[in-house]
Amino acid sequence: MSSPKKPALLSDKKLMAERRVPLAKRHRKDRLFRFGCQVIASMSAGILAVLLIAIVFEGVGALNANFLSGAPDPDPSKAGMFPAIMGSLWLLVLTMLVALPLGVAAAIVLEEFRPKQKILRRVHAFIQLNITNLSGVPSVVFGILGLTVFVSMFGLFGNERDPLLETGATYVDQFYNQGDFIIEVPIDDPLAPETIPVSGMTVYTHDGVAMELNLLGDDDEWPEEESLAKRSLYSWDLPGRNKERNWWYFRLPFGRGVLAGALTLMLVILPIIIISSQEALRAVPSSLRQASLGLGATPWQTVRRVTLPAAFPGILTGAIIAMSRAIGEAAPLLMIAGIVFITRAPSNLMDDFTAMPLQIYNWAGRPQQEFHDLAASGIIVLLTALLLFNAIAVFLRQKLQKPLS
Amino acid sequence: MAETLNSLAQAAANAEANLEPPKAAVRMVGLNSWYGDFHALKDISLELPENRISAFIGPSGCGKSTLLRWINRMNDAIPSARAEGTLEIHGKSVLGPATDVVGLRRKVGIVFQKPNPFPKSIYDNVAFGVRLHLKASKAEVDEIVEWALHRAALWEEVKDRLHDSALGLSGGQQQRLCIARAIAVGPEVLLMDEPCSALDPRSTAAVEDLMLELRKSYSIAIVTHNMQQASRVSDYTAYMFMGNLVEFGTTADIFERPKQQETEDYITGRFG
Repeated sequence: MSSPKKPALLSDKKLMAERRVPLAKRHRKDRLFRFGCQVIASMSAGILAVLLIAIVFEGVGALNANFLSGAPDPDPSKAGMFPAIMGSLWLLVLTMLVALPLGVAAAIVLEEFRPKQKILRRVHAFIQLNITNLSGVPSVVFGILGLTVFVSMFGLFGNERDPLLETGATYVDQFYNQGDFIIEVPIDDPLAPETIPVSGMTVYTHDGVAMELNLLGDDDEWPEEESLAKRSLYSWDLPGRNKERNWWYFRLPFGRGVLAGALTLMLVILPIIIISSQEALRAVPSSLRQASLGLGATPWQTVRRVTLPAAFPGILTGAIIAMSRAIGEAAPLLMIAGIVFITRAPSNLMDDFTAMPLQIYNWAGRPQQEFHDLAASGIIVLLTALLLFNAIAVFLRQKLQKPLS
Repeated sequence: MAETLNSLAQAAANAEANLEPPKAAVRMVGLNSWYGDFHALKDISLELPENRISAFIGPSGCGKSTLLRWINRMNDAIPSARAEGTLEIHGKSVLGPATDVVGLRRKVGIVFQKPNPFPKSIYDNVAFGVRLHLKASKAEVDEIVEWALHRAALWEEVKDRLHDSALGLSGGQQQRLCIARAIAVGPEVLLMDEPCSALDPRSTAAVEDLMLELRKSYSIAIVTHNMQQASRVSDYTAYMFMGNLVEFGTTADIFERPKQQETEDYITGRFG
């Protein structure tokens, strides 16, 4: 059977010359396309540049040492961002402390310990699907979730005013005596009746120095000498009950404290950490696992001694990216903490807090232009932190990147 | 008289050539295995002798690697793989549910086709298996590492850079490192899945020499596509085709006087 004749378009030279698509036109189209791509790429970089320059112009004026170390103030020229910076720092550390171990462990279980039975494999696939979906959930939803689960804990442990469990708080009955000195009496049981002054009992100054109470009768005169006046009380003097919290103060339910905020942020970044850790584990070639198993290692030993060390750079990079995300989240924190006037850094886990995005939002929402400038300065601080994280991530990725086979 | 002497000499020579077959290190009786519904190994029965090299040859997909990997239960990692029948190492069953797979893999080492050293130092690679199974002091680990590298004919080349990354070694060196790593745990049987196919001729020769040395202490089973290698290195050869064991015997017998036509066809290159 003979093959068909060569087509005219390939053999007739005159026809080929007539029909040829002009080369110049093709090259021109190519150049146009390439140029178009470059323009679009530059546009995205340009938009970012314009935004950054605008912010820097607006905010760099207010950026000074006082801004970074001072507290918010109704007077914009005196206002600072220190509590917000410290609040963000507290949140970041707490969030990573909880999210990293949980996230990496979940990634290890999902990636390395895949089940073999059919039913369990369906469960596994279901969990995997859910985690992927969770990473796309708007963070405001996590804020509401955090409110229910961490702040009020479904109402199971009482409420903020009447917590079920409280430790690390010291109660004192505080007297302001006639000479305006503070006399304190520590109380064990917050529900006990108020202290009645008794002659000779041990009382304390506000700084904790013990002294003997000098009880005055109803008709006695107020002592002149200061050392006596400091520790004198009339029998009818009444105290106020104060609650002072140690650094290890702990309460159930958590209430609107920095721990609840950190746990809510943990919900936001957990899917990110799990997914990026899984990617890092997946990138470890299976030949290494086979070598380890072939030498008689159990699956857990293989993970701990071969797979995890090999995946570590990738996991670290993922963690730092998650940190950048956490530090900029405003919506969930708005639900937890709201807009509050916080003047100092958190001092215990249950303490009220604010964070950089919240402070920026707070200032930006005010009518005065000076506060808008402050917001711009806050944005510069936040962006600097973000850039720093990303730079560290890139640097670490370069440095720790090593071939695995 | 001369005839009697002649026949006596002949008998002596025969007796020397056909050594008393040594006892079995690995024994299979009616071994069948499947990947899901695919019947990969069909009724395999053979004995791999102690302190000898047994080679498995055959066309791609005939089941040689599958068979090898059942000896140390590496196939457990494949969810759809299962096996039935008898598979014993020094009399102890390997397939039963009571088998401690971790302990089994200490007794049966494996070397893979593509060298796969860990991204750790040369020292840590060899010490890896030791640290898994034994509580050893640093001095004891040092001793084992040095001994294993010596036996793998790698010591001279790496003794000054034990703590450098293993990935900096050449392909042949990496494979010898993998062999050192495998023997450092003190196995009885060594499995080698096409150990030289990724190596250049010089490294191949070095590893083959190594195998002949190691035979004195270990029972070795090697899968190879290279028939010349099988005839150079192995004492016994098994020819497999489509999951069946076609023929098993001494290498001399298989290559010079094969009993089955299929074997002869394969060896003479008529197919496969």
